[in-house]
Amino acid sequence: MSMNKDFDYKPLLLVPVLALAALPLIGSGSTWLTLTVAGLAMGMIIFIIASGLTLVFGLMDVLNFGHGVFIALGAFVATSVLGMMGDWTGSQELWRNLLAVLPAMVVAMLVAGAIGLAFERFIVRPVYGQHLKQILITMGGMIIGEELIKVIWGPLQIALPLPEGMRGAVLLGDASVEKYRLIAVVVGLAVFAAQAWTLSRTKIGLLIRAGVQDREMVEALGYRIRRLFVGVFVMGSALAGLGGVMWGLYQQNVVPQMGAQVNVLIFIVIIIGGLGSTTGALIGALLVGLMANYTGFLVPKVALFSNIALMVAILLWRPQGVYPVANR
Amino acid sequence: MFARLISNDLPRSRILAVVLVLLLLALAVAPFIVPGVKALNVAAKILIFLVLVASFDLLLGYTGIVSFAHTMFFGIGAYGIAIATTHLGPTWTALAVGLAAALALSLLLALAIGLFSLRVRAIFFAMITLAVASAFQTLASQLSEFTGGEDGLSFKLPALLSPSFELFEEPVLGTMIDGRLINYYLLFVVALVLLLALLRIVNSPFGRVLQAIRENEFRAEALGYRVVVYRTLSSVFSALFACLAGAMLALWLRYNGPDTSLSFEIMMDVLLIVVIGGMGTIYGSAIGAALFVVAQSYLQDLLRLGSEAAAGLPLLAALLSPDRWLLWLGLLFVLSVYYFPTGVVGRLRARSLRKTKAGPEPA
Repeated sequence: MSMNKDFDYKPLLLVPVLALAALPLIGSGSTWLTLTVAGLAMGMIIFIIASGLTLVFGLMDVLNFGHGVFIALGAFVATSVLGMMGDWTGSQELWRNLLAVLPAMVVAMLVAGAIGLAFERFIVRPVYGQHLKQILITMGGMIIGEELIKVIWGPLQIALPLPEGMRGAVLLGDASVEKYRLIAVVVGLAVFAAQAWTLSRTKIGLLIRAGVQDREMVEALGYRIRRLFVGVFVMGSALAGLGGVMWGLYQQNVVPQMGAQVNVLIFIVIIIGGLGSTTGALIGALLVGLMANYTGFLVPKVALFSNIALMVAILLWRPQGVYPVANR
Repeated sequence: MFARLISNDLPRSRILAVVLVLLLLALAVAPFIVPGVKALNVAAKILIFLVLVASFDLLLGYTGIVSFAHTMFFGIGAYGIAIATTHLGPTWTALAVGLAAALALSLLLALAIGLFSLRVRAIFFAMITLAVASAFQTLASQLSEFTGGEDGLSFKLPALLSPSFELFEEPVLGTMIDGRLINYYLLFVVALVLLLALLRIVNSPFGRVLQAIRENEFRAEALGYRVVVYRTLSSVFSALFACLAGAMLALWLRYNGPDTSLSFEIMMDVLLIVVIGGMGTIYGSAIGAALFVVAQSYLQDLLRLGSEAAAGLPLLAALLSPDRWLLWLGLLFVLSVYYFPTGVVGRLRARSLRKTKAGPEPA
């Protein structure tokens, strides 16, 4: 992201403000730290999933209600891959664990990306420019995907245990922080960095950003936005697959309906972020992750409501989301 | 007289008219011609879904708003009856109190959601309602001392509507006139009245403005109509009718829980029925609901046969398993959005329009 003088820092401040506001409510500093790291980890995973969706929307004005399928698909592929590598996941050594999780992630991304390509071709392509049909048909695509997952892996919940070496917690002062959450933060930051680099330093990124801002102009310059879009769609699906693996490991189990469940969070995130903005999606994801963990600790019954309240509050402040994309 | 009753919204297709009359007759005499509990349940479910889907069509088909919070109002209606009869006993007063409270809550919620979010674009509204609906479902299952949580609430109805009540000692036309039958005919009358009321709404000047907004929001606004007000009213009306449909469901099942009235699957069913029947036609919801509920109830048996026949091929057998019936429905849904966007009713009307154009002018 270009950090020019006009860059609007106010939304960025929301994240530390929320974290600091929660400190007196929670009272204990070590509990607060545990919750904050958990919230950031959850936020990073959500961001990985949401970033592709928001780019697709910004670029082609297509909102994929079936995005959740790729999450579930990634998670289920991971159960199969990790299931086959029992002696690697059962090992105490971290490098062996990583050697099991990495291929699981790669395969999940490849499968989700490939299915994403087919999804774009058969479900999304015929309904460009027709919002109503887009919503209906991607929803239909999600039903089909979810049912096919049930055909292949069965309709029941499957356990996705963390590899031995990734379990347990480390002590930061008095606060115990689960190892996996630190890993999730690192992976999330890596994805964000890679994405930010691609978007701001490469020609493809330049074209994507330009396409999000003003599609007609980029097309008039002779670039094929359609092809770029397919690339972004496939990448977005693959990232959702990766997010699914991480989410599944975070929850330690997967159900075929998990896509629809996570979808709700993703939508809140990209609405908060301003549809189409990657930075906005990051802020939205972190806010949602923190909010979910703080309220889950303070008043568990209203955890999901708190995110909706957050969305409402932000939309009252900025009706187009924190970083509205121009021309929309 | 008859044309007035259906608000001059004639079927405009001979086949459609015949089908509608047959459907009406079938639903009217169902308890007498098809014996058995299952068939009566299917008929009652058609009546309930017909109202629910027609109320959703007011929103989707006539105003062009996609909402995923529709089952929330369905659930409120059902919970209104369930909670009131659980706490106040099986009396008519309890039913009235529960229904009134549910309608009031639906009205307030629909107003709040409408005023807050109908200013935004279609895709935004769809996402916001999706979030609200899932939050509501969580709330309903967590307030367990009030809603019975995941287990839901089973309750009794006033004597006249309960299965143990018998009007006559002897069966009439081979069927006992019991409380269940009275209950069915109550649903039948209510569904008919609600459907006619919805026809009245969509064919009123108000309904025409809704259609204008659906076709071109900008022009409607330019003509001087306050689009936000009309959209909010449309979503309020649709919420109230959905709430009544929920009350019908609770009356029939004498039970309500989160999965019965609030689940996302029901929302999908409603979407499917609207698209299959034909968006923007109230008649489409009747035809769609009948097709869908019958298919749901009997297609599973058919799939079971197919699955058994394909037992040698494990993957095919899994695909044809009756539990996977939603898969086939999803495929049907996607295909009908592509190739059949106007639904059964739209197709039939287009067909008869072509015929009259091609043939000689009718005298």
